[in-house]
Parts: sequence; C-alpha cells; structure tokens
Amino acid sequence: MASKRQKDSPEEEKKQASSFPDEVLECVLGFVKSHRDRSSVSLVCKDWYNAERWSRTHVFIGNCYSVSPEILVRRFPNIRSVTLKGKPRFSDFNLVPLNWGADIHAWLVVFASAYSFLEELRLKRMTITDESLEFLAKSFPNFKALSLVSCDGFSTDGLKAIVAHCKNLTELDILENGIDDLGGSWLSCFPENFTSLEVLNFASLNSEVNFDALERLVARCKSLKVLKVNKNVTLEQLQRLLVHTSQLTELGTGSFSQELTLREYSELESAFSNCKNLYTLSGLSEATSLYLPALYPACVNLTFLNLSDAALQSAELAKLLPHCPHLRRLWVLDTVEDKGLEAVGSSCPLLEELRVFPAEPFEQDVVIGGVTESGFVAVSQGCRKLHYVLYFCRRMTNSAVAAVVKNCPDFTHFRLCIMNPWEPDYLTKEPMDEAFGVVVKTCTKLQRLAVSGLLTDLTFEYIGKYAKNLETLSVAFAGSSDRGMQCVLAGCPKLRKLEIRDCPFGNAALLSGLERYESMRSLWMSACHVTMNGCRLLAREMPRLNVEVIKEDGSDDTHAEKVYVYRSVAGPRRDAPPFVLTL
Amino acid sequence: MDGAMGLLGGGGGGGSSGGSTDGSMSTVSKAEVVEQDYVGLMSEVSSYPAEAELELGLGLSLGGAMKAKPCAWREYGRILTAKDFPSVVSRGSSASSSSSSGRGTSTTAITGTKRTADTVAQDVGHANGASQVVGWPPIRAYRINSLASQVKASTAEEDDHSIFGNDKNKNSAKKDTNNSNNKNNSNIQEKGCRRSSLFVKVNMDGVPIGRKVDLNAHSCYESLAQTLEDMFHRPTTTVNANRSSGEKEHNLMVEAAKSSRLLDGSSEFVLTYEDKEGDWMLVGDVPWGMFLNTVKRLRIMRTSEANGLAPRFQERDQRQTPAPRLRGSKPI
Repeated sequence: MASKRQKDSPEEEKKQASSFPDEVLECVLGFVKSHRDRSSVSLVCKDWYNAERWSRTHVFIGNCYSVSPEILVRRFPNIRSVTLKGKPRFSDFNLVPLNWGADIHAWLVVFASAYSFLEELRLKRMTITDESLEFLAKSFPNFKALSLVSCDGFSTDGLKAIVAHCKNLTELDILENGIDDLGGSWLSCFPENFTSLEVLNFASLNSEVNFDALERLVARCKSLKVLKVNKNVTLEQLQRLLVHTSQLTELGTGSFSQELTLREYSELESAFSNCKNLYTLSGLSEATSLYLPALYPACVNLTFLNLSDAALQSAELAKLLPHCPHLRRLWVLDTVEDKGLEAVGSSCPLLEELRVFPAEPFEQDVVIGGVTESGFVAVSQGCRKLHYVLYFCRRMTNSAVAAVVKNCPDFTHFRLCIMNPWEPDYLTKEPMDEAFGVVVKTCTKLQRLAVSGLLTDLTFEYIGKYAKNLETLSVAFAGSSDRGMQCVLAGCPKLRKLEIRDCPFGNAALLSGLERYESMRSLWMSACHVTMNGCRLLAREMPRLNVEVIKEDGSDDTHAEKVYVYRSVAGPRRDAPPFVLTL
Repeated sequence: MDGAMGLLGGGGGGGSSGGSTDGSMSTVSKAEVVEQDYVGLMSEVSSYPAEAELELGLGLSLGGAMKAKPCAWREYGRILTAKDFPSVVSRGSSASSSSSSGRGTSTTAITGTKRTADTVAQDVGHANGASQVVGWPPIRAYRINSLASQVKASTAEEDDHSIFGNDKNKNSAKKDTNNSNNKNNSNIQEKGCRRSSLFVKVNMDGVPIGRKVDLNAHSCYESLAQTLEDMFHRPTTTVNANRSSGEKEHNLMVEAAKSSRLLDGSSEFVLTYEDKEGDWMLVGDVPWGMFLNTVKRLRIMRTSEANGLAPRFQERDQRQTPAPRLRGSKPI
C-alpha cells in the first residue's frame, strides 16, 4: 500500500508503517460518525489526527465554553453541522440568572468566515438574539437545519428572518424555548415557491399562525416528514393538514378537543387512517375519550407516543395502548395514575423508555392521585426491556425499587424524582439508600442516575462502589456529609457531569475531586457548603479548569452559593457578566 | 481541610457518630439519628459565622438558609428539637415552620416530609413565587407553563383559595368533573381548588430580557407588585443603567422595606397588563380574581408613557399621581 502513495516527500521513508495514503484514510474516516470514535481516531498518531480533522463534517460541543470558535475552526476546516450546548442543565429550572451567557453570536461571526457552507446548527440552552438569527439567515447560503431547544433571547421576529431567507431550509425545530412570542406571522414568511421543508416543529410556540399559510406550506412541501403544530391548530384544521401529508413519520397535533360533527369526525378518522407511516405522535392537548379513538388507525406503527401534554385518565390510556403494539417509548402525565401504568405493563411488552411527568408539580399536600410505587412496579413487571425511566412521584419504597430493577436489570438511565425533598421510604420511613443501592448494584450498564428522597451518605457509597459506568449524576437534597460526594468522585471513573443542589457537601468534598474535574465535562454545585476560599483553592490548583461562582444578592461574601466548574482549553470566559466571578 | 469540616464530618455518615448531640437516642432508627445530628449541630450554632471557614450544620437546609440574616440562626437553633424529627411519620408537621415567607427563615425544610405553604426557601435571584423551592421539582419552565395555560383556559375565577389546601375536595371532585366537562384538563385542576401555577411574562421598559411571574402564587396586587419590584430591582447591568442616581452600582440588592411603589404611583414606573382583548390596562382596577382571568401579560411601563392607557386611567389624569386606590385591590 505504501507504494501507492502519490505524494513525494522526504518523510515517505519514515512512513513505512503507515499503510494508507491520506486520501484513503480520509475517505474511510468519513464513515466514522460517532464523535467519540472520532476523538479516539484523532489520538492514534499525527497522520490520523490530520486525516480526522479534514474529514470531519459534524462537531458536537457539549459545553460551549470549553473551547473557543477560533480554536474550533483552526482544527476543523470542513464543518457543515454544529451542535452546541451552553448553560448548565439546572438553568432549565431557573437556577441560573438571566444574561449568564452562552450567546451564540461570537460563534456565528467566526463561522461566517470559516464555514460559509454551514448547513446545520443545533443549539441547546444557548442565548440567541433576533439579530443573530438574521445574521445566520443571511450569512450561510446553504443553511438547511435549525434546531433550538431550551434556548432564549429571541422572538418570533427572529424566526421570520430564517424563514424568509433560508431558501434551502429543511428543518425548523423550535422547542421549549423561553422566547418572546410576538405572534404567528413568521410562518407566513415562507416564500410561496419554497418547498424543501422536511421538519417543522413549532409545538411550543403559543401564538396562532395563519392556517391558510400553513396549509399551503404543508401541501407544497412534499418531503415533509415531521410536523408538530401548536395548540391553536384545531382538530378540523388538523384533518385538512393530514390530507396533504400521508408520508409523515412524526406528527404533533394541536388541541385535540373540539365540537365536531359526525361527518367531521369521520373525516378525521379517515385522515388518520392514511397516516400509516407514523412512528411518533405527540401533542394531543386536551384530548378526551371522545376523539381519541379517531387516532387508533394511525397508531399501528407507533414507536414513540408522547402524551405529556394530554391529561389522560387511566381508562383512556388503557384503551389507547392496545392499538400501539410496537411502542418503545412512552411519555405520560401522572393523571393516568397507577392503574394507567398497569395498563402500560400489560399492553407494551416492547417498551424501553417511560417518562411520567407530574400534572401538578407544585401541589405539596399528601398524595392525591398521581403515581406511586405500585405503578412503577406494575410497569416493570410487564415491560422487561425497560432501560430508560424518568419517574415523578410523591411516594416510593425501597422494596418497590428493588422489585423494579429485579424485573428490569438493564437500566441505562434511572431518574427517580420523589417530589417532596427528603421524603423517606413510604412504608418503613427509612432513607431511600437501599433503593439506589440496589439500582447501582444490579444495573451495571447504568449511565445516568438522578436520586431523590431521604438519602444519607450510604447512597453515595453505593454509587461510588458499584456505578462504574455512570456518566451523569444529579443530586438534590441528599447526603449527610462531604463523604458522600467524595465517594462518588473517587469511585465513578466514567463520571462526566455532576450536578448537585442543596446538599451538605463542602470544601473537602469539592477539593477531593481535584484530579477528576479535568476528565469531566462539568460540575455544578448550588446551595451547598462550599466557600469562596475553597473555590479559590481549586482554581489555583487546577489552572485548566474554569471555576466560576455566581454571586447572589444578599449572600455573604464567603459563601459560594452557585459554583460551576468545567474544563476548558479556551481559558476563562471573556464574556462573563458581573455576577459571574471567575476565580 | 479546615475547621469547618469538623462539624459536618463528625455528624455525618449515617449518624454513626453521635458525638455532637445528646446521648438520648441510642435506639432510634437510622434516619432519626441522621437528623438528630443536625439538631445537635443546630443548637450549637449561636451566631452566624463571620468567617467562611466555620461551616454550619446546615445539612438539610435549603439554599435560602445560607442567606439568612444573623438573627434567623437563632430560630434555627431554637425551633429544631428532637420531637420535630422524624416527621417522617407525621405528615402534617408544620409546627416547626415559621410562617413568614421571607428569606432564610424556612425551617421545616429540615423536617423533610411535608412542606407547606409556609416553608419558603427563596433563591434570592428568582423570586417568581413565594411558596416554592426554586427549580424544584425539576421541571422545565415550558412544561410548567403549558400545564398552567391549560388550567387557565378551563377554570373559573377564584379569588380566595388558599394556596395549599382543599385536598379533601380534590379526590372526589377529580372523578366527577370529568363527565361534565369536555376538556380533560379539568382533571388537572378542579374548580374551586388551587391552581398549580399561572406564569405570565413581565417586561419592564428599558430591560431587554423579560421575566416570568407566577400569578397564582399571589392573592393580591400588593404581593404581586412587591415580587415584581424585587425581581426587577435585581442588579442586572441593564437595570442598573436605568436606576436613578443615588443607588449603588454594584450588585447589591435594594432591600428596602417599602410598600409597592409600583401601585401607589410614587415610582417612575407603573404596572400595566394586557387583557384578553389586547388592551393595556392599569393593574389594580378590577378584583384580583377577575384580573387573573383576563390578564395575558404584564408590563412595567414608564409613567410618562402610561397616559391615555385606558379610559379608567384617564379619569385620574387630573390628579397629580395615580389613584391611591391602586394600593391593594379595593376599588373606590
């Protein structure tokens, strides 16, 4: 193979061992998609590092401050698709003040000169202004896909710019953002000759769009595969849309409640009968037992059913599920109660993921409705393939959790949220240590864990001892002392993200992880016992970490209320607002 | 590491070392021992530490506690006694809670089971409701608002519900309202019972980024206005730029004991809202419940721009300042 080299260079003789010409290597590497694999490839040798960087077209950056746009474009010259995540995850729950940062604009400016052929931008928890959206729309002629999840800083006016200027747009995915909804007229800005749209998701925007414009858009975009409309689209309007879109694979309905005549109902039913290609169904807000049956024909191939906007009762769910024999992922509200979960257990043998959200998260009285430990067990009995669970409840027992993981030992994601802080085992009144102990002991593939309930350091001893594949850990209102956090930091070799709030972990715990943080993406600690001095010490010892403290008003100067530690090759932030102190 | 750790280190680890507490709990369960440790630690605290290194036994306290003013510490020491633990058994243990909704005085946080409306741990930076731990349960704001807007669409006006209560009504009401109401979202919230939350956007003139406030966390205009004032007096750089001179530039919270200046007209701003018809009205004219029913969003408007706002306002144009009736919700 070496003899086939086309380049003549003095280094040739030294490269006997490298058997591929660069071009072949780059071609081969073009098939390597996983960014972790690519990272591994780049570490092999200099040749491979170069081949990898030239052939990479998609880059994923889990923490936008870990690297700078300049460094990025220097290393990867051919990027067409960028995924960026910004703020710490707890910003979703209002723990990060506004104007914290993660503004995309600086990146866009650099991309405009280095990646003028950029096609895709996917952002999560970043700030993007209308001006940036307009800049984006005008700077990248090939731009195709924009996905904004949990972002803020823009309004629907910014969407107008994207819609009007991106001639090749295939994907517009606006999800769960904190934005100014100034009206639905952005949708009308799609040019009349625009036909390339494949994905349109505006389910979480509140204002009404012009339905005629929407209908025309849907009718002329023959490649449309994903359509998720918002609540203002009525059933009758939905039916008109479905007439044009029998090739949809993902559908998010609008409001599912309306006074329909018999004829309208049967039209709706037949519209759904034509949707045989649906894999994903969501929306269904205000769905009632009256109209749900119209859906049944469309459910035959469903693998993902998202009912988290539909407050279904157990009976309705029980009637719906048998029509979804291939269901793998199910999201519901806890209005379905334990009985509904029993139906899940009996109707969904292929289920792999279950998320149960609370309909009344802030109701703090004794358990009324909602789901309990018995619903959890019931699901596990019927759904042996379950490996992802997010479960919000108000009561749980150690024995129930033990039963669940005995039935389903393959959990990779176990997120249990007992909604009252420090809630003990409902029956024995003991801490929930044993529950999480049995989870980590049994589920050896566990990657993500969120703990809750009354927990002592024992939980964390278990985690440190057994959770050897754990990558993400979320802790709130738990633990008894520094030892808890120390056990985790010492014992979980693959830990990448650790987020902690309201726990009695202090400087000793923080500093015990000195060696760990550079191999992690980030650490968040808020309302713990860490002090400024502890943070300063960490910053001093580990210069390649950014140690940031978010100052809250009124707190004293010695306590570090919110600490965010992350590794970075870009050095300290240059855009930190006044309330973020970089130590 | 430093002296601080001794306090916690000694008390932690499942309560194996009860050194810092009275020896009166040899037979209690593990959970109780753990919590007892905190009792012991708490009672040793007599004053808020001057130095950072003296970490206090805040084991189970919520974030707000750390911002407690010095006097609040005594309350901690006083209130927490052995018999408050483990309220794991008694769910109604509000005996140990202080009733204030102020910061740093939340104590039932420690009891760990039931947190009533009285227990408040405020994250100072995000006062969007006086009765919840900030960011808990961990549900994205989008989902919360989505549930709230379903509630708003379906329930009638409620003036005087208590924020937490009526649980006896709930169970029976829950099953009944199903049939009488097309909309299923009535199952989320029964009529006559507390709504979960009602978030509306709030924008302030001169501040580019808006906030959200949960209207259902308030029962009167006064408390809403107070919350908004706190929210927008946060020292973001832009707000600082708008403040009149005389205030500090640095990020200090303006913690003045003031009545809501937004409502009494002594501020340079007034509080207005957009109603269902799209008109901008002055906040405070209608009964609170009616207001909840029609409000779409709020705006803290410069007084100078608020002239000619709504017919009702114009009647008061002749006066120097907006009517005192805006203080609270009583119409003239």
